[in-house]
Amino acid sequence: MHVHFLDPYRSGHSTIHQLDARIKFVLAVAFIFITALTPIAAWPVYILLFALAISVEVLSELGVGFVLRRAVLALPFILAALPVIFTIAGPALFSLSIGPWTLTATIPGIERFVSIALKSWISVQVAIVLATSTPFPDLLVAMRAVHVPRLLVAIFGLMWRYLFVFADEALRLIRARTARSGEADLAGLKAGGSLLWRARIAGGMAGNLFLRAFERSDRIYMAMVARGYDGEVRAAPLPHLRPVDWVILTVALTSLLSLLIFAFLFWG
Amino acid sequence: MHHSIEIDNLKFSYPDGHTALNGVSLHIEPCEKVALVGPNGAGKSTLILHLTGILEGQSGALRVAGLPVTKPNFGKVRARVGLVFQNPDDQLFSPTVFEDVAFGPMYQGLEMDQVRQRVEEALGVVHMSDYASRVSHHLSMGEKKRISIATVLSMKPEVLILDEPTAGLDPRARRSLIHLLDDLDITMLVSTHDMRMVRELFPRMVIMDEGRIVADGSTQTLMNDEVLLNAHGLEKP
Repeated sequence: MHVHFLDPYRSGHSTIHQLDARIKFVLAVAFIFITALTPIAAWPVYILLFALAISVEVLSELGVGFVLRRAVLALPFILAALPVIFTIAGPALFSLSIGPWTLTATIPGIERFVSIALKSWISVQVAIVLATSTPFPDLLVAMRAVHVPRLLVAIFGLMWRYLFVFADEALRLIRARTARSGEADLAGLKAGGSLLWRARIAGGMAGNLFLRAFERSDRIYMAMVARGYDGEVRAAPLPHLRPVDWVILTVALTSLLSLLIFAFLFWG
Repeated sequence: MHHSIEIDNLKFSYPDGHTALNGVSLHIEPCEKVALVGPNGAGKSTLILHLTGILEGQSGALRVAGLPVTKPNFGKVRARVGLVFQNPDDQLFSPTVFEDVAFGPMYQGLEMDQVRQRVEEALGVVHMSDYASRVSHHLSMGEKKRISIATVLSMKPEVLILDEPTAGLDPRARRSLIHLLDDLDITMLVSTHDMRMVRELFPRMVIMDEGRIVADGSTQTLMNDEVLLNAHGLEKP
């Protein structure tokens, strides 16, 4: 009766699953940076980057369809880039009149928007493969290895640990409400109450959840202090990387970097 | 006269494939008080969630208070079944005790006068009449349990179902809760690990393990069968 659907990790034995989490983390972050830095309208480079992402998806044995479906998550963020169509100067393509305003779409504006959309979509795919093929604790280790501040890593870890507890609590609260949401046998009564009343109940539930999360955080902190926590996060030493991991890391980083240089030479 | 709870060959598996109920059949007469015992993970809570349609069985038949528990009936079933969850913090989601006890009747669309009357009655039954304006969050565990029971009594249910009512209570709060349950003249199905309470309060006992009912009979007889109790992780009180 727990909420499991929040955990994106899918176990497997593919090459990507078996790769050291630190390598995966560094390469995924590098890939996203390089995608972001690629100049606008460098279409062939986008195709190469997309081909790379697809290859990783195939290697991970998660199924390209699965990753692409999840990548729809990027859509709302892409919408935020919509205004660039109308704000970049250049040859006009068409005009829209909304009330007193006239919006003029330009060719460079559309190029920029499509580039941003493609870049986010490709980057999200890589992030999805990373999260789906790597258990979260391993990702935390990877973050520590690249010197993300320890306190931040500890907060991510606690967040992950208690997100599920929190979701379970919310689920139980909703069940308790559902169990009491009945219809009387008397004729002529409309069950459900007014919208305002239901909103107030939902507000009460959110408040209840907040108070409990707050109190729980206090108890967790006390349990940490009771076992000697002094504000300094200590961690076990990291295992060494195998030589083959170093080779993979160097080759992959070099290829990504040359892709970026190539993009700048021809489209920069 | 209809049975209060009629379950026939109910089966249910969670989406992860874990089978929680593997052919459960149980009949409970009106005004009967039945204890549901068994180890953690036996399927007790899953069974209870089926009785108000919060979980839906994949096969088998289920009637509560004369109504088949099917989607069109969920609303009516929920009005007739008072389900009290184990953790009162889940049950009490409103800022004040009054609003929480009023939730069921308000949801049903009763007039405000009737709602007030129902709340007063329900709080009276659990001996908490002075608590209406209190903030739920500040109550003791025993008080929260009593208020939780009031939140379903205000719906005037035909069947009362409680999940672990005595868990986390101090001896005095436990004692007074047992008296309260003893005084309520209503069909009752109580899932619990508190074997002393079972012996004291419930003439009939149902033992569940691994999604099945493994024993169903008089508490006195079953409590004396130590081999049976031990086999299912239970202790004779």
